[in-house]
Amino acid sequence: MTATVDASRGVAATSCAHCGLDVLPAERRISDGRTYCCAGCETAATIIRQSGLGDFYALPDRRSERVVTTGREYTEFDHDSFAAAHVTRTSAGLDEAALYLEGVHCASCVWLVERVPLAVPGAVRAELDVTRAIVHLAWDPQRTTLSAIARCLDRLGYPPHAYRGRRADEVRRAEERVMLTRIGIAGAIAANVMTIALALYSGFFSGMDGEFVRYFRWLSLALVTPALIWPGRGFFTGAVAALRAGRLNMDVPIAIALAAGYAQGAVNTWRDSGPIYLDAVGALIFLLLVGRYLQHRAQRGAADAAALLGALAPATARVIENGVVRELPSEAVLPGMLLDVRAGDTLAADGVVERGSTSLDLALLTGESRPVAVAVGTKVFAGTTNLSSPIEVRVEESGMTSRLGRLLRDVELGSRERAPVVLLADRMSSYFVAAVLVLAIVTVGLWWSVDPSAALDHAIALLVVTCPCALAMATPLSVTVAIGRAARRGILIKSGHALEALTASGTLYLDKTGTITEGRLALEEWRGSEEARTFVLALERHSRHPIAAAFAASWSDVAAPDATEVREVLGAGIEGVVAGHEVLVGRPTWVRERVQGGGPVRAPRRELTPVLVAVDGHIVAQAGFGDPLRPGARAAVESLIRSGWEVRLLSGDTTEVVEGIALELGLDHSRAEGGATPERKREVIRAARAYALPLHRGGALRPVVMVGDGVNDAAAISAATVGVAVRGGAEASLAAADVYLARGGIGALGELFDGARRTTAIIRRNMLIALGYNAIGVALAMMGIIDPLFAAILMPASSLTVVLFAWQGRTFPRSAA
Amino acid sequence: MSVLFVLVPVALVLVGVFAAAYAWSARSGQFDDLTTPAMRVLHEDPARPEEH
Repeated sequence: MTATVDASRGVAATSCAHCGLDVLPAERRISDGRTYCCAGCETAATIIRQSGLGDFYALPDRRSERVVTTGREYTEFDHDSFAAAHVTRTSAGLDEAALYLEGVHCASCVWLVERVPLAVPGAVRAELDVTRAIVHLAWDPQRTTLSAIARCLDRLGYPPHAYRGRRADEVRRAEERVMLTRIGIAGAIAANVMTIALALYSGFFSGMDGEFVRYFRWLSLALVTPALIWPGRGFFTGAVAALRAGRLNMDVPIAIALAAGYAQGAVNTWRDSGPIYLDAVGALIFLLLVGRYLQHRAQRGAADAAALLGALAPATARVIENGVVRELPSEAVLPGMLLDVRAGDTLAADGVVERGSTSLDLALLTGESRPVAVAVGTKVFAGTTNLSSPIEVRVEESGMTSRLGRLLRDVELGSRERAPVVLLADRMSSYFVAAVLVLAIVTVGLWWSVDPSAALDHAIALLVVTCPCALAMATPLSVTVAIGRAARRGILIKSGHALEALTASGTLYLDKTGTITEGRLALEEWRGSEEARTFVLALERHSRHPIAAAFAASWSDVAAPDATEVREVLGAGIEGVVAGHEVLVGRPTWVRERVQGGGPVRAPRRELTPVLVAVDGHIVAQAGFGDPLRPGARAAVESLIRSGWEVRLLSGDTTEVVEGIALELGLDHSRAEGGATPERKREVIRAARAYALPLHRGGALRPVVMVGDGVNDAAAISAATVGVAVRGGAEASLAAADVYLARGGIGALGELFDGARRTTAIIRRNMLIALGYNAIGVALAMMGIIDPLFAAILMPASSLTVVLFAWQGRTFPRSAA
Repeated sequence: MSVLFVLVPVALVLVGVFAAAYAWSARSGQFDDLTTPAMRVLHEDPARPEEH
């Protein structure tokens, strides 16, 4: 990565001085003698250098990633209603809050985010939790505001969001702390009981005084008792709950083995004869708790619709009452109220436009990449953003009954209802349990006729030696190791079941906007003179329209004169006078109405949005705008198809645009569906799951995977077998997804699928090993030739083998991406 | 060998002390985030802000 730093010093550098990615000549920006690929990287680099953080570029493990900023002001973060919900004041007079950051993935992010206090005077502390992408901030409210810190984070390429999961988080964290404490206590006890057992076993062979034997046996009993009562209690409550519900789970044989092993140990200690398995009981509790803990960490919480709505709808809205504008928290907006929605505002509720006309950005709600014009009488929806001029909206539905609210309700339902993919271990456990119990009874029955005094001992030996430790650890351990390795590659796997579900190829639905395309308008086609460029740029400087931004982004190196008499016509274009010439830039129909002649050279590709330029009554140039494909998208799709996936496009954008993109990806147009509403997307996914083919007769169904980035995909993501959210996605899709690709785009999908396949193979191998050990143990126990030494060696040996294999397995590449 | 009757309980008391210390550290949240501190330690302390 250091090479890019050196290369960037030269003006003709082909890689960005900030992110290190290749720079397209059309998009090159040069400032301060350095080359940047985009305005985002340029801004981030300026902040970094001005704050004296230039060392950032010398970090060894910097990941290349184009800076994505929203450019928002984040004023809602300073509002009282936001503060009441999210900000706490410490005794030292500092304010504290937690924010969720997009785009956090590696060690250099930790470095940069935690040095934000150097860039924002008044910010005192920033602590990042990189695995969960949450930053804990503290600042001095006298000297700065949360919005100032949020703006700085945004410009550095980490757009912040209000983090609403704090309470659920605390509950979960408290649970994990209790589990960790139990593991520690159980581990300390198990280690000591085993040490004592070692002494006893040595004594068993070399001879030991009776008083020492008795002493050590009583010590074992005294140590194991608290382990059984405190850390081990969960197994008994679990077993009782399962039996009450008429089911068998792993807890049942564990509880029986623990109770039987302990009772026999206690009785034999008291009687001062016969074997004791107290060391096995201690080890059993410890190892099983470790397995439980790992499994707990690999599970994810269900999405909470109300929290998501809060994150996506604006915190406040301007309400007009008797001609007076009043700012109210969004929750207080009710049907019948009149909202004042200015340019740049996000709508807080559904309603009908009562005054004014403007264009709205519906991308969040529907995935449509082009702005949509609205006028009096048009129905508008919460979550959309006003792009150009103020409108007044009469509220019809608000909060959870708005379209956005209902959509998020769907996300919540989807993630709660999701038929749990039954993990291999769980599927096997009830058979395993039943078999062990039957075999134990058979053992008692057989030995009763031969030697009644030994019958119970042999049955207990069988229960202990078939301890499902290795079986219970095989899955969570392999999954945890794989999740950890994947995270270092920018693939965050939020639920362990995704790995098992992705073993076989199935149907893959890709969203278009933001997933396989960049998610922003860009100039893709230009037919016209150099001079026309300067005219266009002069006019577009006066506009906030996305088209204007796209012109500016492409031609940042073009100097433009000043324009006068600029007038923007909504939904049509912009006109004005530049250097004495009358210039029109806008929609073809609007421009043609106003000129005498001069035609476009040729119609643009139909998936592009055309814009005409006229100077002094003659059409002189033509531009085509589109949402460009992400680099590498085509190669990724091709390799997915090669590995057996059925790839389809499912987008809210217009059919022409989607089919154009499908063509670019090399997909047949029958595999592309455009114009899909969020509700339709969910139905498509549900139908695909209903018709999914089984892998083999009676086997698991082939997976249906949805990859998307916006709220419009969230319902579909939560309805899929495995939902994948890509970088830059809205919080709702992140909450709905099982996997989050922090690298942006779909390049990491192949790696995810390969890793999932290898992980499942390792799980299967581990299961076989565990079952093999158990089969041998059962045979020996039933024959009655198992002795305490052998039981003590066989049990941890099987667990150790499983741990080793889980650790050694090549799931995801080990190095950081 | 009868010293074992004293030494083993002493050892067990030590085990109790360490287990208590561990329980305290787990409950005070020192194991909540195991990834970030590992990354943080590799970086040098922030330099004083300076003009470039």
